[in-house]
Amino acid sequence: MSGPSLQEDLARLDAIVRALEANDLDLDRALALFEEGVERLRTARERLASAELRLRQLREAADGSVRVDDLTG
Amino acid sequence: MTLSLPLAGGPVERPLTIAEITATAREVLETAVPPVWVVGEVSGLKKYPSGHWYFTLKDAEAQLRCVMWRSDASRAQGAPEDGLQVFARGALTVNAKRGEMQFVVRELLPTAEGGFYAALFERARKNLEKDGLLDPARKRPLPPFPRAVGVVTSPEGAAWRDVVAVVGRRWPLTELVLVGARVQGEDAPADLCRALALADRLETLDVLIVGRGGGSKEDLWAFNDERVARAVAAARVPVISAVGHETDGSLTDLVADVRAATPSAAAEKAVPDRGELLRRLDALQGTLRSAAARRLALVGERLRHVATRMARSCERLVEGGDARLRDARLRMAGACERSLAARLAAMGQLAGKLDALSPLKVLERGYAVARDAAGRVLRRTSDFTPGLAFRLRVVDGEVRARTEGSS
Repeated sequence: MSGPSLQEDLARLDAIVRALEANDLDLDRALALFEEGVERLRTARERLASAELRLRQLREAADGSVRVDDLTG
Repeated sequence: MTLSLPLAGGPVERPLTIAEITATAREVLETAVPPVWVVGEVSGLKKYPSGHWYFTLKDAEAQLRCVMWRSDASRAQGAPEDGLQVFARGALTVNAKRGEMQFVVRELLPTAEGGFYAALFERARKNLEKDGLLDPARKRPLPPFPRAVGVVTSPEGAAWRDVVAVVGRRWPLTELVLVGARVQGEDAPADLCRALALADRLETLDVLIVGRGGGSKEDLWAFNDERVARAVAAARVPVISAVGHETDGSLTDLVADVRAATPSAAAEKAVPDRGELLRRLDALQGTLRSAAARRLALVGERLRHVATRMARSCERLVEGGDARLRDARLRMAGACERSLAARLAAMGQLAGKLDALSPLKVLERGYAVARDAAGRVLRRTSDFTPGLAFRLRVVDGEVRARTEGSS
């Protein structure tokens, strides 16, 4: 489920790199962006490393509602 | 062949009843002609509420009355249309009530050219096309990072196991949701439609895989059912059709947003690859580093320039002048220096950050990173308390150092 967060991380990293490459930032701003970039890289790597696939099964309950149960294996 | 006819072996003693003579005819036919395949054109098919089908098979010269009992008709893939050329396997008998010779059909198959299945397929395809469901503009892109992937297939089938294996290997960051359905047999189309509608109710689903592993054309027939194709087209999220077959596409393939040859291939299309993304992060890190390094070099250049000019003007400021202004000038010069020092510290900090990613590249350019005994990076002038012992990391090693003086 961390896919969407990763997508955000990637989009933000792209934006940071573009901003840094534009060379029109003051140093403090550049530093802040760089720090954020390093942090985003770290969290993105962590997200990728820690994930474990979840298996579930979707069923319709007797009362007509939707049920999602965990599946093993 | 010995027949137990009432008139066998003697002179006619009485007229036979109609039932007797038709029973005789029936026995003759059933005994003399074993089950056979015939080929002919279907005509006048009638489906009775009982489930039995009555029709005629004909060719240019003759016609044959046929019946297909409910048990056999229900196994057929829908009733053949009038005019369709078919192979029929069955046996001859006599329908006594009607006084007709009758062919009892057990099995119907399309003829090689075009044929039964092709005719059904084409009829459904035309209906879908008419409703605009085959328009390429309808096809939706797949989400790059799906929160959850739905899989409409048999819980016992190889398709589910294959999808679990591929997604587990490539992208375990998602949730795989099985939506079980029968994929084969008479009730498979209705069950697939039910499962597709159920999947639509799960909001976290971002993409749906519909399919099954390989099988004969008959096994895969549910995926050529017009109702199933319409349910796929109506799905809330993009659908990947994965009906294991080598050559012909199924009807669901035509309406789905993406077609995959197998469930494994569908899984690969549904999720990104973790390894690939890690490589992309490496590339981003490299770009980030070089962008920051360029930035640093540029600022360093500018600061050196400013520092030189400032030093000169500070000298001019404190030279000469009257005593009243001297203090003010000295304070101004001090402020200039502190401001410059702050810029240099910020630069040093960025250099320190870069060092964290690639120490040597930055240190090679002549920058150094100061760390205290605990290894903490010393970033600001306030970090350097008088008399503090610290280490300077330069490109080829470390230098011991100590802050001079007192505050």
